[in-house]
Amino acid sequence: MASPLQRERSGMLAVETLAVAALLGFAGYAALFIAPTEATMGLIQRIFYFHVPSGWTAFVAFFISFFASIAYLRTRAPKWDWLAVSSAEIGVPFIPVMLVTGPIWAKPVWGIWWTWDARLTSTFVLWVLYVCYLLLRTLIDEPERRAVVSAVFGVFAAFDVPLVYFSIWFFRTQHPQPVIGPGGSLDPTMRNVLLLCWAAMLGLFAILLRQRYRLEALRYEVARIRLEGSRRAEPVLPVGKRVNPEMAK
Amino acid sequence: MPFVRPASILLGKELRTEFRTRELLATTLVFVLITLVLFSFTFDPTAAESRRFGPGLLWLALLFAGSLMLHPSFTREQVNDTLSALRMAPIDPFAILASKILANSCFLLLAEIILLPVFAVLYNLGLLPVLGRLIVVFVLGTLALSTVGTVFSAISSQARMRELLLPLLLLPLLTPALIASVEATVGLLDDPPSLSPVWVGVLVSFDVIFLTVSWLFGEYLLEE
Repeated sequence: MASPLQRERSGMLAVETLAVAALLGFAGYAALFIAPTEATMGLIQRIFYFHVPSGWTAFVAFFISFFASIAYLRTRAPKWDWLAVSSAEIGVPFIPVMLVTGPIWAKPVWGIWWTWDARLTSTFVLWVLYVCYLLLRTLIDEPERRAVVSAVFGVFAAFDVPLVYFSIWFFRTQHPQPVIGPGGSLDPTMRNVLLLCWAAMLGLFAILLRQRYRLEALRYEVARIRLEGSRRAEPVLPVGKRVNPEMAK
Repeated sequence: MPFVRPASILLGKELRTEFRTRELLATTLVFVLITLVLFSFTFDPTAAESRRFGPGLLWLALLFAGSLMLHPSFTREQVNDTLSALRMAPIDPFAILASKILANSCFLLLAEIILLPVFAVLYNLGLLPVLGRLIVVFVLGTLALSTVGTVFSAISSQARMRELLLPLLLLPLLTPALIASVEATVGLLDDPPSLSPVWVGVLVSFDVIFLTVSWLFGEYLLEE
């Protein structure tokens, strides 16, 4: 990838955006008209083509964020921190899509909006953890500190997810719960439409991620230039005192 | 041993600092007591309900207390910049973290030793027959709380709004430990008492995983 600081060729971006928009439009059409209607649940089941892909996309985003956090701690290259925060931030809104479409589907099918089932609850906890991750980042000003500290938190959060899932799974198996979904395998057309929808969501994610990454890189550059400027203006700094780029405005 | 000796010296220092003032211990005790009393007002539980909900209330109170009392463990070092001095010592950085984790576990366990009888009396529960297994659950649960809590207090001490931030980071992450400790305790108070290996397993894996993660990644939090 070229340096994020170079001017992006707006032509390419427009083409990519149009391509993703077209893919999303086609995926929407396929989910509504091409996929067969599910036998027992009827039309409401079509929400599944948006519900599942947004969840998967969010999980991809958090995986990227987790690996970028580890890579940052190992290499200290700022680009990994940019990737970690961008991916987390773009991933976070996909979970509410999942948590809102889920109950809309669940109300007619299960008869309730929400159940404290392992998957629902652990997704919710996962989302809260990444919201906390983003919140933590806003509360530390010094860029390097922020990168290190939030990377460590990101690693802790990622290791927590399987534990949350298993503990809630064991917890809930001791209680009555609604029967989830129809058993058996997925119809091939349904599967293809599902994968198409996922591809469209991933395309959307990729485009947003790239823009967010670029934004983070530019922010970093601005902070660096400010820091340099403030150093030049005030050459004698006490040893060990850091200059906060936000305060040096 | 290059790790055990500095860690035990640091643990001694942590314990000495605390027992000079006993600030943390006193505030934790009072906080949990108040919470337990308030819980009993808000729910007014019967005997059966006490057995079912009591452990959850106790663990929640401990969790909230922990998220408040673990906070000074790093901010205390910032007053005179003593953490820099510790970092300059030629020791494994994890020794600093491990001693704080151990010290915090000690404080919490001590508080629990005092609180458990009070809890048993207030909620009318017979804890004596299951005391041995109860201790196992409480030691594992407390280690979970203090491991993640200590590491996160190192995180929150470097941020703004640190008092608010620590519970925010800590509580969602401790969900599995809370579920496991509460369910294990509920099982022990059941008639007949039983300790499900599943919950002990969840607690042990929580402790092992997060001690390992702290060992691998915790030292990054201590650098300047």
